[in-house]
Amino acid sequence: MKTKDVLLDPLFDNNPIALQVLGICSALAVTTKLETSLVMAVAVTIVVALSNTSISLMRNYIPPSIRIIVQLTVIASLVIVTDQVLQAYFFDISKQLTVFVGLIITNCIVMGRAEAFAMQNPPVASFVDGIGNGLGYGLVLLVVGFFRELFGSGKLFGVPVLPLVQDGGWYQPNGLMVLSPAAFFLIAVFIWVLRAFKPGQITED
Amino acid sequence: MQLERPIYIVSFCVGVCLVCAVLVSSAAVGLKPLQEKNQQLDRQKKVLAVAGLLDESVAHTEDEVQQLFAARIRPVIVDLEAAKPDPSVETATFDQQKATRDPARSKVAAKNPAGVARIPNRALVYYVSATPMNEKGEGFTLDQYIFPVEGKGLWSTLYGFLALAPNGNEIRGLTFYQHGETPGLGGEVDNPSWKAKWPGRLVYGPEGIAATSFEEPQIRVVKGQAGSVEATPHQVDGLSGATITSKGVSSLLQFWLGDKGFGPFIRKVAASEAS
Repeated sequence: MKTKDVLLDPLFDNNPIALQVLGICSALAVTTKLETSLVMAVAVTIVVALSNTSISLMRNYIPPSIRIIVQLTVIASLVIVTDQVLQAYFFDISKQLTVFVGLIITNCIVMGRAEAFAMQNPPVASFVDGIGNGLGYGLVLLVVGFFRELFGSGKLFGVPVLPLVQDGGWYQPNGLMVLSPAAFFLIAVFIWVLRAFKPGQITED
Repeated sequence: MQLERPIYIVSFCVGVCLVCAVLVSSAAVGLKPLQEKNQQLDRQKKVLAVAGLLDESVAHTEDEVQQLFAARIRPVIVDLEAAKPDPSVETATFDQQKATRDPARSKVAAKNPAGVARIPNRALVYYVSATPMNEKGEGFTLDQYIFPVEGKGLWSTLYGFLALAPNGNEIRGLTFYQHGETPGLGGEVDNPSWKAKWPGRLVYGPEGIAATSFEEPQIRVVKGQAGSVEATPHQVDGLSGATITSKGVSSLLQFWLGDKGFGPFIRKVAASEAS
């Protein structure tokens, strides 16, 4: 595969959330606002890229019988470091993300890519694959976050866009949008639209 | 099979763990000073916000927050049992959460609905000045008290601040600076529109604590909607979908404003305010 394909495939053709349906949990939790969605997307991208690179560097030395726990150790360490950096430099955002940064450890995308890609491919390709999958995940997060923040609180990145009724405007915010089920609906719509354009992704019964 | 020899597996594990441990611990230790500074600044911001001196929805620089804090807030250590300020303890280095864990500086609490396990002997209270003080701390005119409160919600311990008027009865504000409740449900304790329901409510009976001595705090979070400040001065709307967090907020306020917490101190300062 060419580097460009490795990078861009996960955006639409092989999106981790839309096609592989991985990493749904955090996609529900952090997407009420665009700002947290963006930070989460960046954090996951960095973690997947670095974990892919380090696993790939070690891939010929990892004993096959303990490879999963080795992957998990590397991922967990990277996530803790990311969390510490966020707490030091982006304190307010890290407070809003609360436990979800720590839960990147359990995000199936990270481990899925380590096991499925980095164990068989050289470091550079694995790094690019990590960036690509992080972007694919981030794309869905941003789309969902955009609609949830816009219709749920009338804002984008915290800036009022639709004037709310309680502030004297005309827009009555949709309460469903700030609750988790809205993220399910939006992800479903995203998958629907994606499969309408790419019928190859439709799974046969 | 070189990769499957037990001795290789064990040494590989040790190697990976060592590298990861060094990475994690150096990040944790290296970034600690920055994180602690952030936490302190965050706490100052929350104190200013609950006092109504700082709008949290807009960004403030570090200097702005620190200057405002120095000009309007006077930290005071209060001896809970003696119910009076204790000037012998340095406020700048006092960490109430640490003091609460130290057996020499705290005691075990009787079982209570707020889930408070230990009560510190001394607590850090903030006096808010109505007008800016100068650098020597002169020009202080009391506007409100800010008390630290904590108690169990559903998943976590909620840590927050309660601002009271000098009469010791009227609430000026309530805010939580640390908790791990469900975002969107119990996490709505951070919602500005819910926090806006607190100012003006009363803690104790209609005549205030000085007039009705030893009265239990009346303030509580009810299920569903409460009335306006005038109609139901002792009740606040519950958080929908977060019954246990709402109950936790009621219990922790009742605990800390009761006889085990700041009750005796509030009685004393309210009485001196009235006379």
